[in-house]
Amino acid sequence: MIDVQHISKTFFVPHEVKALVDVTDKIAAGEVVVVCGPSGSGKSTFLRCLNRLERADSGHIIIDGIDVLDPKTNINKVRAEVGMVFQSFNLFPHKTVFDNVALAQTVVRKRSKAEAKEKAMFLLNKVGIADKSNAYPDNLSGGQQQRVAIARALAMDPKVMLFDEPTSALDPEMIGEVLEVMKTLAKEGMTMVCVTHEMGFAREVADRVIFMDEGMIVEEGTPEKFYKNPSHDRTKLFLKQIL
Amino acid sequence: MNQNSQNQPALRPPGYNMWVGVFVLFVILVSGLFYYATQKIEYVWRWNRMPIYFVYEDTVEITSEMDGEVDSLEQDGDETIVTVKELDQIETYRVPTTELNVDDGEIISIGDVLGFYREWKPGLLVIGLWLTLQLSVIATIFGVIIGVAGGLARISSNPAFKWISIVYVEIIRGSPLMVQILIWYFVIGTVVNDLLATYGMGRLSAFWYGVASLACFAGAYVTEIVRAGIQSIHRGQTEAARSLGMSYAQCMYYIILPQAMRRILPPLAGQFISLIKDSSLLGIIAIRELTKAGREAVSASLQPFEIYLVVAVLYLVLTFTLSMFVQQLERRSATK
Repeated sequence: MIDVQHISKTFFVPHEVKALVDVTDKIAAGEVVVVCGPSGSGKSTFLRCLNRLERADSGHIIIDGIDVLDPKTNINKVRAEVGMVFQSFNLFPHKTVFDNVALAQTVVRKRSKAEAKEKAMFLLNKVGIADKSNAYPDNLSGGQQQRVAIARALAMDPKVMLFDEPTSALDPEMIGEVLEVMKTLAKEGMTMVCVTHEMGFAREVADRVIFMDEGMIVEEGTPEKFYKNPSHDRTKLFLKQIL
Repeated sequence: MNQNSQNQPALRPPGYNMWVGVFVLFVILVSGLFYYATQKIEYVWRWNRMPIYFVYEDTVEITSEMDGEVDSLEQDGDETIVTVKELDQIETYRVPTTELNVDDGEIISIGDVLGFYREWKPGLLVIGLWLTLQLSVIATIFGVIIGVAGGLARISSNPAFKWISIVYVEIIRGSPLMVQILIWYFVIGTVVNDLLATYGMGRLSAFWYGVASLACFAGAYVTEIVRAGIQSIHRGQTEAARSLGMSYAQCMYYIILPQAMRRILPPLAGQFISLIKDSSLLGIIAIRELTKAGREAVSASLQPFEIYLVVAVLYLVLTFTLSMFVQQLERRSATK
């Protein structure tokens, strides 16, 4: 599904940082991968490279047979197949909840208004927020906004979902509702790459946990093995710090 | 959040009424001083002469177009139909009965006044105001178009677009509008009109060069306003839109510009209020806008103070209306 081959990425602003160093990984269809690591480890950059929000300097990223980094690739088409959920939700504040979910369907997928409406209401029901469809994002709680953001991404019928620390900006009591939605998705067989520190979530639904540090994948394995029996010292240190 | 703050009654700080009083006193004091100053200068104020610069009643003479004899006078309501006849040639004129100047059977020659009628006509200042309004509205529309295009070019990663925008803004913003107007009319205008003439088309009037200079001038400022507005929208908005598969243009059109527009409105209003006043410079290329009309009225009447004050108030009416209109727009987009 996603084939990442030797990608590197260096930022020069504000100063030189090697965010990714020769990262290689393969994510199978239907797989749920949790990426974790200390701040500045390159986990978010890794995720953002997958749909080219950041362009990797070298290497290849093949999603569903299409080379994302090839300049000839129509990146908008790729992105429509790759849903993304952000730490800070990034809902469109000038649009209602319903329009947030319906807009890209009509604009990008060229669906009719009726189709988009049906799909939007179905998804808003699924994330449990249909009653707020006419509200504006600013009037929703963080947890509600993040669920709308998930519905917005799902509306494009993506083949992969990327989650960039989806619960980090939330008050503790709202984390649960967002994780519930993500778990449901995982159990439905969605391919997911999640940058998150939620161990409970990782244990319950992840097929694989990747630990990154200093732009490299240090260790990976099943959640069982990863949390109980990590092999690298850096992983052990990290797990000690977050527990 | 906006809705809440609007519904709640404003909490008044202590001494609120006293400070309202201070404001009223201040206004009275300033107006008083102003009035006192007008009394001190040696000048005869003749405000009663002002209305003719808004509307006046013009007398139009009805003259005969042939030699002949008044054949008949026929009443038709308030008017009289005068029939002038010579041999088999007949012409009729309608003249208000009260203003009739000829008798039945009178011999008349070409150009004789048969009577006259009165007609209300817009005065000099109203004509000028109307032209200023037209100039401002058209220049504002083009100014916005230029500004949005310029702003988008300014943030583009394409060096050609970006640098053209920078050069445009710096040159226009850094040079006097007066000089720009002269260049538009006497340099660009000459070239364009010559070109039009070679293709057998009519000349563009000074009005359009005036509009072009104003739009181009305001456009430079709007470019910077639009750029700042777009850049004030959080990067996450672009990322969210693009990650849904929207193109750059779709993202701008549906997501960024609508949000930027709200933030842009207040400085934009300021810019277009400036534009209305800047249009007063267009008199130098013989466009008879409000200030030029005022100047003509002054030289005819020798009442500079009254006329210039009236002109100032007319500008104030235009700018204040625009101000209110934009405030209304802001309020509407804030409650949405």
